[in-house]
Amino acid sequence: MRSLARLLLVPAVGSLFLWMIVPLVMTIYFSLINYNLMQPGDHPWIGLQNYEFFVTDPSFGTAILNTLLLLGSVIAITVVFGVLIAMLVNEPFPGQGIVRVLLISPFFVMPTVNALLWKHMMMNPIYGVLAQLWRAVGLTPVDWLSDLPLFSVIIMVAWQWLPFAILIFITSLQSMNREQLEAARMDGANYFQQFRFLVLPHLGRSISVVVMIEMIFLLSTFAEISTTTGGGPGDASTNITYLIFKQALLGFDVGVASAGALFAVVMANIVAAFLIRLVGKNMER
Amino acid sequence: MDWTSPSGQRVALAIRTAGAWFVALLLFFPILFMVVTSFKTELQAIAVPSVWFFTPTLDNFTHVQERSDYFLYAKNSLITSVLSTVIGLAIAAPAAYSMAFFPTKKTKNLLMWMLSTKMMPAVGALLPIYVMAQTTHLLDTKTALVIVFMLSNLPLMVWMLYSNYKDIPPDILEAARMDGASIAGEFRYVVLPLSMGGLASTGLLCLVLAWNEAFWSLNLTAANAGTLAALIASYSSPEGLFWAKLSAASVLAIAPIVVFGWFSQKQLVQGLTFGAVK
Repeated sequence: MRSLARLLLVPAVGSLFLWMIVPLVMTIYFSLINYNLMQPGDHPWIGLQNYEFFVTDPSFGTAILNTLLLLGSVIAITVVFGVLIAMLVNEPFPGQGIVRVLLISPFFVMPTVNALLWKHMMMNPIYGVLAQLWRAVGLTPVDWLSDLPLFSVIIMVAWQWLPFAILIFITSLQSMNREQLEAARMDGANYFQQFRFLVLPHLGRSISVVVMIEMIFLLSTFAEISTTTGGGPGDASTNITYLIFKQALLGFDVGVASAGALFAVVMANIVAAFLIRLVGKNMER
Repeated sequence: MDWTSPSGQRVALAIRTAGAWFVALLLFFPILFMVVTSFKTELQAIAVPSVWFFTPTLDNFTHVQERSDYFLYAKNSLITSVLSTVIGLAIAAPAAYSMAFFPTKKTKNLLMWMLSTKMMPAVGALLPIYVMAQTTHLLDTKTALVIVFMLSNLPLMVWMLYSNYKDIPPDILEAARMDGASIAGEFRYVVLPLSMGGLASTGLLCLVLAWNEAFWSLNLTAANAGTLAALIASYSSPEGLFWAKLSAASVLAIAPIVVFGWFSQKQLVQGLTFGAVK
């Protein structure tokens, strides 16, 4: 029976292994040759030059910084506001069902639509809703995508993932022990103390779930950048994923793009190692 | 103010209700604005200040269908997301079952390895996958998308189903085995019925993810197998402001999955949390 059980693993593990190893081997090979789609002919072996080129690219440092800023800001925003909003809508009130439906909706909006919606209708400096709002209170409208490109992308991505965090935290709050809260209240614990010593520890596990899932998805943010700022102006909103994309499809340089891709893989694995600790600690309870 | 007195409680409820509705409408506003814009003329769409009362028109929607054959893209989205989910579940469920009920020392590592493949940026595999799709003549076909969606969601599926199976008390399986159930019988008559909820929520999530997937559909398809995510991207051309048409196309692209999401949000949460949040 045990060997039969092993056999059941084969399709999943085998296909995933192929899915990982074949592109990986090809990428390693591409990364060691001079392979530019615009230069027909031989692809001579050039060793580590592609890596050198990618790493010394002035955009490289910016891209790493942007990737981490995007990841960190979105996680911080969604966790903090997610907890606050979840607590706000947790107890019954008129229209609770509708409010929940409205709150969760942005999560289902596809990233390309999300990006276009914000780029045009919200953030356009002349016709956009935000510009109208700014003018209404007597401020000069902000040209979001040119002046605050990374921040704009962060807003879009956070808008998409905040509902997800809210939904998870609501689910978690609903399983809280009410008698415990009641008892704390009887003993004179104020709201802040109740939050600090009862609610927050209870949410610990779901917070780590939110952080983990968002890390997986946000590390490779792509659509929100490519449909709005195109990584610019300059490199102001270029993350690692987009930098590789630029090398590969705009620069036609398969070699350098492959070196970059391998770099991204290494980075993903560092994050993964970090996650294993986090998850291992929090999910096993 | 004494918040515990009856009148104090009423005030507190009123404040909470107002706050919750305000936040909800604030977060929903962009979607609402887009839906409203899709019924405007192009001139009304960029009017400043925004118009809220007007005679709605359906011209934008007919234009989208005429210009780019919405139904073809919708069909592609539906087929690729459903097929990739169903095939994925069929592969993931046995693996998760094996890992949950016949664990070895390596199971934990195997699970982490699977998750780490999910963390690899898709762009890293883009060139090789593109080349492979080209050499096998699968470029711009639904088959390629089904395979890619299935594989990129597979780690999540295995994870979710695994944590779901972990919740099944082993005693029940012991009992079935005592009664001489085969591995297939055990799976079919004990595990499957007990984990229908987990299977459903896993499937739902992967359906949503596949429907909204943009990277692969943009890079692997053209006119033939394009999904709705690709259709929308074709409306992002910088020249001119066609907000009303863009809105109509967007509404058409997200409406099916948003409505679907509304109805399945409870199931989705259970799946997404790997059963870690009860």
